[in-house]
Amino acid sequence: MARKFLFYGALIILMTVAPFVFPAFKTQLATIWLMIIVAMTWDMTGGQMGYNSLGNITFYGTGMYVAALVTIGMVYDVGDYTNAFGGKVYDFSTGQYFSGLIIGCLAAGLFCALTAVIIGYITFGLRGPYFAIGTLGVAIAAGELVSNWDWVGGGQGIALPIYPGDYEVGKVVFYFLFAGTGVVLFLFAKWLYSTRFGAAINAIRDDEEKAEAMGIHTLQYKLATWAMAAFFVGVAGGISAFQLIHFEPLESAYQTINLGIFMVVCVLLGGKGTLWGPVVGAVLFHVFKEVTWNYLLGWQWVALGVLIVVTVVYFQGGVVGWLMQQRPEWFGVQRVVDDTSTEESS
Amino acid sequence: MEQFLVNFGLLIEFPIVNLKIVLDGVMIGALFALAAYGLALVWGVMNVKNLAQGDFVIAGGYVSWWLVEYGLPPLLGVPVAFVVMAGVGWIVYLLIIRPILDRDLFTTLLATFGLAIIMAQLLNLMFGSDTQAVDLGYDTLYFADGFIDVPIAKLIAVLMAMGLALGVIIFMKYSRMGQAIRATAQDARAARVMGINTDRVYAFTWSLNAAICGAAGAIIVMVWVIQPFYGITHSVRSFVIVTAAGLGNLPGVIAAGLGIGALEQYGAHIFGIGYQQAIAVILLLLVLIYRLVQQRRVRQSLQ
Repeated sequence: MARKFLFYGALIILMTVAPFVFPAFKTQLATIWLMIIVAMTWDMTGGQMGYNSLGNITFYGTGMYVAALVTIGMVYDVGDYTNAFGGKVYDFSTGQYFSGLIIGCLAAGLFCALTAVIIGYITFGLRGPYFAIGTLGVAIAAGELVSNWDWVGGGQGIALPIYPGDYEVGKVVFYFLFAGTGVVLFLFAKWLYSTRFGAAINAIRDDEEKAEAMGIHTLQYKLATWAMAAFFVGVAGGISAFQLIHFEPLESAYQTINLGIFMVVCVLLGGKGTLWGPVVGAVLFHVFKEVTWNYLLGWQWVALGVLIVVTVVYFQGGVVGWLMQQRPEWFGVQRVVDDTSTEESS
Repeated sequence: MEQFLVNFGLLIEFPIVNLKIVLDGVMIGALFALAAYGLALVWGVMNVKNLAQGDFVIAGGYVSWWLVEYGLPPLLGVPVAFVVMAGVGWIVYLLIIRPILDRDLFTTLLATFGLAIIMAQLLNLMFGSDTQAVDLGYDTLYFADGFIDVPIAKLIAVLMAMGLALGVIIFMKYSRMGQAIRATAQDARAARVMGINTDRVYAFTWSLNAAICGAAGAIIVMVWVIQPFYGITHSVRSFVIVTAAGLGNLPGVIAAGLGIGALEQYGAHIFGIGYQQAIAVILLLLVLIYRLVQQRRVRQSLQ
């Protein structure tokens, strides 16, 4: 028990001091937290519930847009604002900025949860690969539609006001917004997986027909899980919108083949269906991505594709899955050494 | 919005435009059907959903385009692309597909998606990101006061696509290997018991699929344009066609391919060329929802 407290304490101290110890990497560290958030939310449906979505990026993009539109809409007319695109100066006071940031991100989360319920009602009838392809289709279609919708800025996207006050302080604020959301999400997931609800979604993953036969209302559980995941992705998207300042639909909001796939690779790299897997995977993946982007310029996407293929084909259990096999006692599993049934403990 | 209505009005005002659009769609749809048939093949035989299907098509197109740049006659590019892509397919099978054959479906989806990224990026590094096309230099035929234009190149393309499809069908029906492939699709275990080397059948099926895609790409480069990142749209189209038609339904695949081609041309006419990818994706969603409703009905009848 003491060791556990020591472990979590060290992690909390590390994450608190990180932006001050490495001041040059503040934005990178914030991005790691973003990756952790999207990977953990993906694992809620993909790892714990067995529904592999390729379209969770829809909620990230939608969250960005909702947060931006709420912030702008509280002060100015959205149509005028997006029409003027850079031609006219719109001022935001500090109070307006922060109220927009908080209300916008929460509104983004709630709106995305609602969207998830609606999309899920249609797509959760699809099983296995059809679900993955269907959600991927939803994400691509959403990006295309938004980029052709002039009221929200069309293909040019939206520019938000810059952080009032010192730019560097702003970076730290965004780091802690992401970190705070990430910690809340981690604790929420840890609690959720230990409840009846967690057991129910695991049952859906293992055998949906049997779960239904046992009296679990599978559709309600699936919708609720996806809505929770979408809420956190939406909030993270809202924070990203303020961090990026300017974003446009296809490359930064509904970035289907970037973040939309990265989150899946993070989970697979770390270990699907485990609490720590997405966290470990997100950190490793982001470090790998930044190293290749810096030292293998031109070949970075090829390296990324190779990483995806190698992870999926040859290293399916992920880092945490591999550790679970090697060191089951770290995960609270007692090794039985007396007779032949040693393998069962893992 | 008004522009869409104006475009729609044109269709009713000049009925001959409809004929032109359908003709264009059917000619391009024949090529979609070819790639979709390859997907139906690997899907049915190996249960692998190949998201790199479109990238095989584009790679075949680049093989042909590259040869033409070096002075080869364009029509020869089709058989060469067929052979080259068969080789590429074999290597891909050994490296990526064989280890994941008995894994769950999402694994194959993601692995082939990684493959799609690698292929698109390698093509981009090798040939640049410009759109490329091969000009056959044939005339264009005009009908109905010039409302309908049929380039001879497109007619040749359709004929080649039909010839290739016919060849594959005859091969599947009468050759030993074709029979082995069909037997494996029906029941892999029974096929093994009967002395069929299923591993070789899988390898052959996969490289046959890659070869069909490559040839389709070599034809597409003659009548359309290719670009390293167009692969995903071709993959989505193949999925739409196969999902709409169902597995092992060859006439269905052809009909769906031609239908998708025509629908896309209508969409491009009414909404503009900017919506091309969105139209392909929305068609996919519609087909999936249709399948869903159908499934619900099946489940109801079981109760």
